[in-house]
Amino acid sequence: MCLAIPSKIIDISSNIATIDVDGVRRQASLMLVEDAQVGDYVIVHAGFAIQKLDEGAAMESLALLREAFLSSSSPAE
Amino acid sequence: MKYVEEYRDPHLACDLIHRIAAMGAPPMRVMEVCGTHTVSIFRSGIRSLLPSTLSLISGPGCPVCVTDQREIDAAIALAGLDNVILTTFGDLMRVPGTISSLQKKQAAGSDIRIVYSTSDALDIARRHPDRQVVFLGVGFETTIPTVAASVLTATEAGISNFFVYCAHKCMPPALDTLMADPETGIDGFLLPGHVSAIIGTEAYLPFFEKYRIPCVVAGFEPVDILQAVLRLSEMIQAEAPQLENAYPRAVRSEGNPAALKIIREVFEPCDAIWRGIGRIPGSGFRFREKYRRYDAEGHFQINVPAAVMPRGCACGDILTGKKLPSDCPLYKTRCTPVNPVGPCMVSSEGTCAAYFKYSG
Repeated sequence: MCLAIPSKIIDISSNIATIDVDGVRRQASLMLVEDAQVGDYVIVHAGFAIQKLDEGAAMESLALLREAFLSSSSPAE
Repeated sequence: MKYVEEYRDPHLACDLIHRIAAMGAPPMRVMEVCGTHTVSIFRSGIRSLLPSTLSLISGPGCPVCVTDQREIDAAIALAGLDNVILTTFGDLMRVPGTISSLQKKQAAGSDIRIVYSTSDALDIARRHPDRQVVFLGVGFETTIPTVAASVLTATEAGISNFFVYCAHKCMPPALDTLMADPETGIDGFLLPGHVSAIIGTEAYLPFFEKYRIPCVVAGFEPVDILQAVLRLSEMIQAEAPQLENAYPRAVRSEGNPAALKIIREVFEPCDAIWRGIGRIPGSGFRFREKYRRYDAEGHFQINVPAAVMPRGCACGDILTGKKLPSDCPLYKTRCTPVNPVGPCMVSSEGTCAAYFKYSG
């Protein structure tokens, strides 16, 4: 029930976003997400965007995970 | 797909699995409380890759499964009223009530329609001004703001034939109930990702301060879940509990203030009965006075029979992690996805349905 897909906003009109998920387009209400812009990624649940995805936070998490992976897979000195 | 594929990277997942295994496999019971986590864990096969001493157990995270029998019976009674169109999310259709189900009611002629969103229910109300449209409100905090938003839209548009049967529940009080029960034996919690996107990590602080148990908010991709399980393992082994956010791309400490404001505008907390658990104080929602005209239970006079729980059904113990589906005498014998006895076998996110589908 919490299944919610990261979706890219490609258009906004009257607080309704047209969202794109891998080429499939749908509409989602922006009533619950303030200041969403075209180009932002949002999590969409039951026809509503419920949160904007934070690209900076995503990059930071991935960088930490990748750094840990690389340090555990590099040969011991 | 951005924000998805990166968190399915098999190299990162394997690295996390090795790091979990390298901890020496201390016995621990970690509970997730989100039906989508239940399914994600199965779909990715994570359980089979973790040390056998690390039990990843499912709790009361499927909102359909914790809907009380009386609430199902009330929905069925509403669907039977003349002039009512009952709108519902799909996974409620086959949940057995005491006598019938929404699916059987529909087959017998009641106007019951599956919707993806309350917006769809509102559209049905607009298109049929001569009918009364009831939305069956089941779901946790991820869904509640969408229902509240639709109520505000209905108010603004002057839609007077739209109602909500409110069976919504919230998660933090249930965590308290689980910890207060000495039989559950939980060492750490994997906290729900999208409920937390709405309520924020701050919402768990009172619970965390009271019990000082490791808690990690997790996303839904394999790398998200493994990262959270690793952190929980580390905290449990070190006896150093923290409340952590392993899903920062979607979850903030303050949650979604706009969504929280809309919830508080329309709803206020009340007690709620959870199937298999009983009354949990402050875990339900009811309409505030200003919006009470949308409350289906108050508007319609329905006769709800005394609920009778199916004999032998162990949904209650399964929902609190005390039993596995295989411990239920009905599992795979009388109770199957085609002929379910309890809701845990009906919902796509129910523990029994997930075990049946992925482990046979």
